[in-house]
Amino acid sequence: MSQPEIIELRLYVAGQTVKSLAAFANLKRICETHLAGQYRIEVIDLLKTPALAAGDQILAVPTLVRRLPEPIKKIIGDLSNEERVLVGLDVQPARP
Amino acid sequence: MLAAMHKKNSPPAPPGLRKSPTGIAGLDEITGGGLPAGRPTLVCGSAGCGKTMLAMEFLVRGATQFGEPGVFMMFEESAADLTANARSLGFDLDRLVKQKKIALDHVRIERSEIEETGEYDLEGLFIRLGHAIDLIGAKRVVLDTVEALFAGLPNHGILRAELRRLFGWLKDRGMTAIITGEKGEGNAITRYGLEEYVADCVITLDHRVHEQISTRRLRVLKYRGSMHGTNEYPFLIGERGFSVLPITSLRLDHAAPTERLSTGIARLDEMLGGHGVFRGSSVLVSGTPGTGKSSLGAAFAEAACRRGERVLLFPYEESSAQVVRNMGSIGLDLAPWLKKGLLQIHASRPTLQGLEQHLLAIHDTVKAFRPAVVVIDPISNLSLERSEAEVAPTLMRLIDFFKQQQITTLFTSLTTGGSGTGTPEDSQGGVSSLMDTWLLLRNVESNGERNRLIFVLKSRGMAHSNQMREFVLSDAGIDLVDVYLGADGVLTGNARVAHGAHEQASAELRQRDHERNLLRIASRQKAIEAQIAALQAQAKAEEAEATFTISQDRWQESNARQIDAAMAQRRSGGTTDPKTKARR
Repeated sequence: MSQPEIIELRLYVAGQTVKSLAAFANLKRICETHLAGQYRIEVIDLLKTPALAAGDQILAVPTLVRRLPEPIKKIIGDLSNEERVLVGLDVQPARP
Repeated sequence: MLAAMHKKNSPPAPPGLRKSPTGIAGLDEITGGGLPAGRPTLVCGSAGCGKTMLAMEFLVRGATQFGEPGVFMMFEESAADLTANARSLGFDLDRLVKQKKIALDHVRIERSEIEETGEYDLEGLFIRLGHAIDLIGAKRVVLDTVEALFAGLPNHGILRAELRRLFGWLKDRGMTAIITGEKGEGNAITRYGLEEYVADCVITLDHRVHEQISTRRLRVLKYRGSMHGTNEYPFLIGERGFSVLPITSLRLDHAAPTERLSTGIARLDEMLGGHGVFRGSSVLVSGTPGTGKSSLGAAFAEAACRRGERVLLFPYEESSAQVVRNMGSIGLDLAPWLKKGLLQIHASRPTLQGLEQHLLAIHDTVKAFRPAVVVIDPISNLSLERSEAEVAPTLMRLIDFFKQQQITTLFTSLTTGGSGTGTPEDSQGGVSSLMDTWLLLRNVESNGERNRLIFVLKSRGMAHSNQMREFVLSDAGIDLVDVYLGADGVLTGNARVAHGAHEQASAELRQRDHERNLLRIASRQKAIEAQIAALQAQAKAEEAEATFTISQDRWQESNARQIDAAMAQRRSGGTTDPKTKARR
């Protein structure tokens, strides 16, 4: 395996809803499982900073944005399907 | 959570008929004051029909004329594209954005970039919109083709639910909104059935091409709780924005001045009750090609210029220079009036634009120049290749517009008389019923020449001549001449001249005949008189003869008696001399 890249993730939510909490929990779990030490997560609550929504073209919440490495990838939903999240992030699942 | 967030905002619009004026020419007339205030309106139509333009003008006019800032959320075009498009209509979006009167937000959604997993909602969109609204204190919102979301988001179930919520939310916030949608297949109003969620007001736009000429049309399909015009109205997107041409909303309430205007041809004025046409009335001059319609129009224009009135001339067949030159050939010098600024000639090709576009151009020029007289030559060219039913309402609106401005108008109309099917009375565009005065020019072919005849078919409000006159164009100008009516029918041109000469000659001949007759009678009278004298002389002679005979007889008788007496005396011894007795 080559030098692992740092994956920069942003999770956009709108308040502490069931969906946003679930999304955050799911994301945390997936990252820990497959990207341990290679990721950074920033959670943005659009209710507090609505101006940020336009920048990343956010429509749906929760939306996970992979800002780095490029190209930008977006995953919408509560991230309940681990496999699709990994596909969406273009991440090889780690073999346990 | 959003509801909590926006509780401080104005309550939803009270039910009823509060309307939000669009400021778009004509649209407010049709809708009776504008779009439903505080409610969403669906504007749908096929690609390129002008949805975005309508929505944008609604926002711009709201921001600039009605003090209602607006948010334009676009799902297809970028903000830069929209700004460029707006500039073509003369709207400076950049400035309005800087002044915080308008906010633009381009929502871009790339299907390829998005993976979907699990539950979500479109709260992000709500937040973006809410943020933009709060930023500028917007009262109006445009969502330009929200349907683009259907292509970007795979889960249509969620999308539909969220759109329904969005429209409700806009209503709750009291936003007067325009939501645009693509026309669907077949009879569907929109491709994704947006009309199901936006039920207050639905406007459809249409862009049709018929015989290579395109016309845009607008129709208010539905307006809950309000009267509205239900027709299809032509509309234009011009240099000054959107313009709908409502016809039925115009009322017949223009004033009727009694002032009369000369047509520029004295004898034509004579035919029109002696004073010409009414100011503010409309005159139709119809005729087949080459009957002198344009010349009549030019004479009308020239006469108005001579009165010091402003005149607009719209020739659709000749260029401005051509008009001036050609009218010079019949003694109408238009050049000085052009120089003086009393006359403006706007020549253009009728097929250059659609009819509505022409009408808009006419409107704009008329509003700028404020003429007293307008000549359109010919109006039939405007309706080229278009059905009468389509053209008539638009022309009606034009004529009404002129009447309301108290502009006297002269339209020429080319008829195709002589083709066998149409009578010369057929005037294209079905406009004759709208006209106050209708002059018909007709070519009459006889004796190897064509001559022009003019009739007054109708002229409202005046006792007009029912006779025909010959319409004579010469380098001295236009004149009307009485035609000869005889056993051979109407005589015109050289036949009229020849007939005139012939009549004169025969009159002279008759005169001479009379004189001869008189002479003959006189001589006969003399002869008779002489005869009478001779007879009288003869009678006298006869009388004298008779007297002589009688006296002779008497003498002979007395003589005989004396002789007898003398004889008797002598026989008895008497000695009386018989000679003396006989002489007594």
